[in-house]
Amino acid sequence: MKPPPFQYHDPKTLAEAVGLLGTLDNAKLLAGGQSLMPMLNMRFVLPDHVIDLNLVEGMAGIKETDGVLEIGAMTRQRELEFSDLVAAKCPLLHQALMHVGHRQTRNRGTIGGSLCHLDPAAELVTVCMAHDATIAVAGPGGTREIAFADFPAGYLTPAIELNEIVTAIRIPVWPAGHKAAFIEFSRRHGDFAIVSAAALLQIDGGRITRASLTIGGVAVAPVRATEVEQAIVGQAPTSELFAKVCESCRSFEAMADIHASAEYRQHLAVVLARRALEKAADLADNAPWNRAH
Amino acid sequence: MSNKIDLTLNINGQDHAVSVEPRKTLVDAIREDCALTGTHIGCEHGVCGACTVIVGGEAVRSCLMFAVQAQGKPIRTVEGLASGKTLHPLQRSFMAHHGLQCGFCTPGFLMLAVNTLEKNPAIGDEELLDVLSSNLCRCTGYQNIILAVKAAREDMRTKEEAVAG
Ligand SMILES: Cc1cc2nc3c(=O)[nH]c(=O)nc-3n(C[C@@H](O)[C@H](O)[C@H](O)COP(=O)(O)OP(=O)(O)OC[C@H]3O[C@@H](n4cnc5c(N)ncnc54)[C@H](O)[C@@H]3O)c2cc1C
Ligand code: FES
Ligand code: FES
Repeated sequence: MKPPPFQYHDPKTLAEAVGLLGTLDNAKLLAGGQSLMPMLNMRFVLPDHVIDLNLVEGMAGIKETDGVLEIGAMTRQRELEFSDLVAAKCPLLHQALMHVGHRQTRNRGTIGGSLCHLDPAAELVTVCMAHDATIAVAGPGGTREIAFADFPAGYLTPAIELNEIVTAIRIPVWPAGHKAAFIEFSRRHGDFAIVSAAALLQIDGGRITRASLTIGGVAVAPVRATEVEQAIVGQAPTSELFAKVCESCRSFEAMADIHASAEYRQHLAVVLARRALEKAADLADNAPWNRAH
Repeated sequence: MSNKIDLTLNINGQDHAVSVEPRKTLVDAIREDCALTGTHIGCEHGVCGACTVIVGGEAVRSCLMFAVQAQGKPIRTVEGLASGKTLHPLQRSFMAHHGLQCGFCTPGFLMLAVNTLEKNPAIGDEELLDVLSSNLCRCTGYQNIILAVKAAREDMRTKEEAVAG
């Protein structure tokens, strides 16, 4: 298994990278390589040109301005995992990262690469959907922003043009004290999830005042469980309430593959939705599935 | 179209001038062009961890990186662990605790564990288990690998304390 021959380019600036991408035929961007390299080694992709983003200046970094966490596309997953800012402002992202591959893959893998690869079960994609993130892209015509709900265009296909590069991810953070839980079901730890669930809750005076619930791995892109979100706002968080309303997740359109049938994915959606909400609301401390192993 | 590129790979402190196609993975360059065959190749798609080496201070899977990308960064492979005839504490620990049988996965586990323990000699059991779970072994059933790394952790910790004290 060896990658096909290609010409290698290592631009140093974003403008140079955009220029190359806009003029070269059949070019592929290389970020952390943790998804692209296996695909090259297996010759699922056969580019004539590979444009390496690793030396481009200014594409990595994490900062917070006006309640928005801005993350450069080339920021390594490992850097996010160890960022105090991320842990403090976006606990959902912090929790989700612990499920993304392994330490060696996180050392190279980037957030931008994960979003652009757009695996249906990719944790970071689920987090961006849960947080209503915005994706900033640069192309020959300038820059634009894409609301994350519009970002997935199909299976493994982001809604960016062939000549566009994702430059940053903007995550609006929730107020301090909000609750977050990311859980997933996979065959082995470190594997891609079969189904995952991300819950964000704001609880004031014993009632839920704001809720976000996202299920990953069921369809080609994560789906927001808006019915559940609406049903729990204004209510007191209880296991009984969550169990009742999460039944609606069974009606999600689900895919089937060698890992799981559509019915099994729907079942997992219901169970994980409830567990994620329970965990976010601190109702799961004694649950058997919530114990360290 | 795929002209060779001249690069210098610094492996275990030594410069290797090589001329490789850009499509050549780091692990192939280490084995074929630098003749350091201690680093093994298992799956070639990032799943097994046999090819783990340390690049620029971080453990990475060298089948998921091109050789040209490692230019200018210090690379460490299993050949660099022993000093002369004296094995690294982790290597000794793998021997003492039967952390290997056929030995195919061992270089990858050693480099992963060395990098992990050097970064955090006080790493807890749970985190250590999480880190080690990234590599595959078809022989040992893992328990002795875990034992060996834990023993080396104590060993390296005592040494540090001795140096510090
Ligand atoms: C053993 C193993 C286990 C894994 N487990 C998981 C897991 O559990 N969950 C998970 O989510 N992922 C997992 N992954 C994949 C993850 O590690 C990758 O990091 C991620 O999917 C891709 O990020 P990357 O930076 O490596 O991108 P690359 O592989 O370099 O690129 C991926 C794709 O995105 C495109 N691209 C990259 N950057 C940009 C950009 N800025 N603009 C436009 N297009 C771009 C590339 O052209 C390519 O098509 C695993 C990988 C391995 C090898
Ligand atoms: S050979 Fe690199 S991970 Fe298997
Ligand atoms: S000792 Fe044989 S694969 Fe691990």
